Amino acid sequence: MRHMIDRLSLRFLLLLALVLPHTASAEPPPVFTRTLDNGLKVLVQPDTRAPVAVQQLWYGVGAAHESPGQTGISHALEHMMFRGTERYPGESFSHTIASRGGRDNAFTGRDYTAYYQILSSDQLAIAMEMEADRMQNLLLAEADLEKELEVVKEERRLRTEDRPESLAFEQLQATAFQNHPYGQPVIGWMSDIAQLDQQQLRDWQRRWYTPSNARLVVVGDVDPEQIFEMAEEHFGAIPNRETTPVPRRQEPVQRGARNVSMHIPAQTEYLLIGYKTPVMAQLPKKQRWEAYALSMLTSILDGGNASRLAKRLVRDRKIAASASASYSLYSALNSLLVLDATPNPGHTAEEMEQALLEEIADLQANPVSEAELQRARAQVIAHMVYAQDSLRHRAYMIGMLETNGLGWEIEQQLVAGYQAVTATQLQEVAQRYLTDHARTTVTIHPIDVTAIPTP
Amino acid sequence: MTRILTASLLALAISAQAQAGPRIEHWTSDSGTPVYFIAAPQIPMLDIQIVLDAGNSRDSTLPGLSQITHALLNTGAGDLDADAIAQQFEDVGAAYNAEVWLDRSMLSLRTLVDPEWREQALQTFVTVIGQPGFSESELERRRKQMQVALKKIEEDPGSIAKRAFYQTVYPDHPYSSPTAGTSDSLAAITRSDAEAFYQTFFSAAGAVVTMVGAIDRAEAEKIANRISQALPQGPAPEPLPAPSAVTEAKTVTIPHPSEQAHVLIGQQGVARGEASHFPLYLGNYTLGGGGFSSRLMQEIRNNQGLAYSVYSYFFPMRHLGPFRLGFQTRKDQVDQALDAAYAEVRRFVADGPTEEELEHSRNSLVLGFPLRIADNASMIDYLSMIGYYRLPLDYLDTWTARISAISHEQIVAAFQDRLDPGQMITVIVGGQDQP
Repeated sequence: MRHMIDRLSLRFLLLLALVLPHTASAEPPPVFTRTLDNGLKVLVQPDTRAPVAVQQLWYGVGAAHESPGQTGISHALEHMMFRGTERYPGESFSHTIASRGGRDNAFTGRDYTAYYQILSSDQLAIAMEMEADRMQNLLLAEADLEKELEVVKEERRLRTEDRPESLAFEQLQATAFQNHPYGQPVIGWMSDIAQLDQQQLRDWQRRWYTPSNARLVVVGDVDPEQIFEMAEEHFGAIPNRETTPVPRRQEPVQRGARNVSMHIPAQTEYLLIGYKTPVMAQLPKKQRWEAYALSMLTSILDGGNASRLAKRLVRDRKIAASASASYSLYSALNSLLVLDATPNPGHTAEEMEQALLEEIADLQANPVSEAELQRARAQVIAHMVYAQDSLRHRAYMIGMLETNGLGWEIEQQLVAGYQAVTATQLQEVAQRYLTDHARTTVTIHPIDVTAIPTP
Repeated sequence: MTRILTASLLALAISAQAQAGPRIEHWTSDSGTPVYFIAAPQIPMLDIQIVLDAGNSRDSTLPGLSQITHALLNTGAGDLDADAIAQQFEDVGAAYNAEVWLDRSMLSLRTLVDPEWREQALQTFVTVIGQPGFSESELERRRKQMQVALKKIEEDPGSIAKRAFYQTVYPDHPYSSPTAGTSDSLAAITRSDAEAFYQTFFSAAGAVVTMVGAIDRAEAEKIANRISQALPQGPAPEPLPAPSAVTEAKTVTIPHPSEQAHVLIGQQGVARGEASHFPLYLGNYTLGGGGFSSRLMQEIRNNQGLAYSVYSYFFPMRHLGPFRLGFQTRKDQVDQALDAAYAEVRRFVADGPTEEELEHSRNSLVLGFPLRIADNASMIDYLSMIGYYRLPLDYLDTWTARISAISHEQIVAAFQDRLDPGQMITVIVGGQDQP
């Protein structure tokens, strides 16, 4: 066993030292950047494997910028961006992209709203032209908005209301964060969606969709200089408006564990535990190791089938049918490290919770083994390589890191960042952040569906 | 303006016909397994898939047997227990996966190509697929996991609808076998059931091996031989019987406490490899396949605001796979949305696409072809499809030409041949209040 670890550790160092820095293919390829005079930052990562390209336009606005009573406005605006301008009315944005063989869509998160097109690289100009057009000239027609808000409500019913685990996650965030905007659901509360109107959306777009609050990312079979010229042509003349940041909504200190019991129609018990944790973007540079350590900790718990939750809770103790852990390393604001689990038949949510807390206690009391550390590191390297296969993912990483205030360069430093984390540091962050006072627990207790009164 | 633009695009489209797909190498391994390989030297990684005729349509009298058998492989094989298997893979950053669909299943490995790391991943993979132990205690654990998975399906209106849809479109046929099993079948499955399933349906003769990655042909041949030698050496499984036609319209209504009703409409459609698939695929782009531009999306989502997601597709399988149209809507809007969906299907089956729609769909598919094979993950999925369904090796090379050649008449003829709006199955889950 010992020998295997040594051999692996040697391989690991060899890969790290020899393969990674010297083969362009094993590390993310370089990113070329240019900032236009109006403040729009353009980032290009060439990849000549196939004659295609991804364009993503990222705006630095999301659910975390929204005020209470107006939740979901960023997401609703994202929907309306597909409802046309004078020049490209109705659904002609998507129709035009499709007619040239492309696909398009958008996504809204807590920290960003992003629009993307994937198409042949020789078709990028039209995508850029239309993206610049709807940035300034969106119609936002009353009649369209009325229909679109109904669509958004259906989306909320589909993704949240009728999914017990999503409802539980929404409750976890809302309970853990009382003032911090991450307590707000990205899609918005149903009653907030219902009261959005045209003027609010117009103001929202005017306030946030401005060149200096946007990043244009292109990854694919392109020449950076040509992309910069094209961006200048389509976006260069758009006047900038400075954005005023939203007031910071600091989370008050949590003074004890919080527990929520949800009694909803479901078939299985389900448990979520969230710990308030700092993220890389909020940590001073010399403390950033904490974010790597928290991420590594998540990998020790749930970085695959050999990790602790799968081995101990699923296979050995057989308490969990499934269990996982996640941590938002790249969030703009401090977030949660989340554990979730579904107990096996014959085990209760309480036993499940106890077992998860024992795992946390173990991480606090004992250093993780060298074998586990090496495994986590190997996975970091492998996933860095695998991630290069997807243009969309690469554009996503660049856009997200830029928008969340970290900068795309971080990706090039990830391997080194993880490599430097020690067992002592893992123990330290577990002790510092995974405490009872930072914990919120949500449990689903299923209720008999036949007993629900008709509303 | 628009005319000129589309005309020039069409010219581009036609020139794109000359564009060949990736270079596929094909041979048969020493143990008789067909192998398909694409060299992709740019990223130092390798993807391997083993496609098996071991989907859950092979469950026979024990629904869930395919799932459980696949799930047991990495819980003990050769000298390795579940922990050792997981460690062997993950110590070198490799990802092993098993997936089960209706008429096929897949065991896959993604690994770095660094020789020592790759060898450890591959050795473990070959052990897992070739020497599974099927231990009694792991079976008990997987059984419990499947019971929980079954409960999750039963709380999800979309999953309930899907199960009911297949049961109604394929009555008494293996295609209706519920993927996650039933509580009775899960309780009944034994160790020897799983072992027999493995011996019968995982045979090298019935398998297909596909690879995409940064290795050369000689290495690929060695890997394929190791894999096919590791698999059981019996004959390929007997083909499944074809499903019998369902000629009567039927509506299945299942109560559920959800806020939305989940609706599925459809019938048996087309088999993989049939010539009709091309006109059906192209036509369906206009009906409900073409994302935001489809008629269903336009009418039900954009014009009426009734649903977030609405789509239709043909899902070709070995035998006639289903045509399926689906949406979810607030319960009190079900009738309105159903009327709109049926109206679109009737109109399309009667008249097909307009000239403009046909041109749009053709351009979209032909010009969009490079997107389909832009990365290793997409290429290996195509390879596995080509291999498993024995499609011609030039399937990707001729794809755009075949799409470009389809006429309006061919679309209408294919739709009228395959779809009958008067004979469709409708499944509504959550469409009525609780009794």
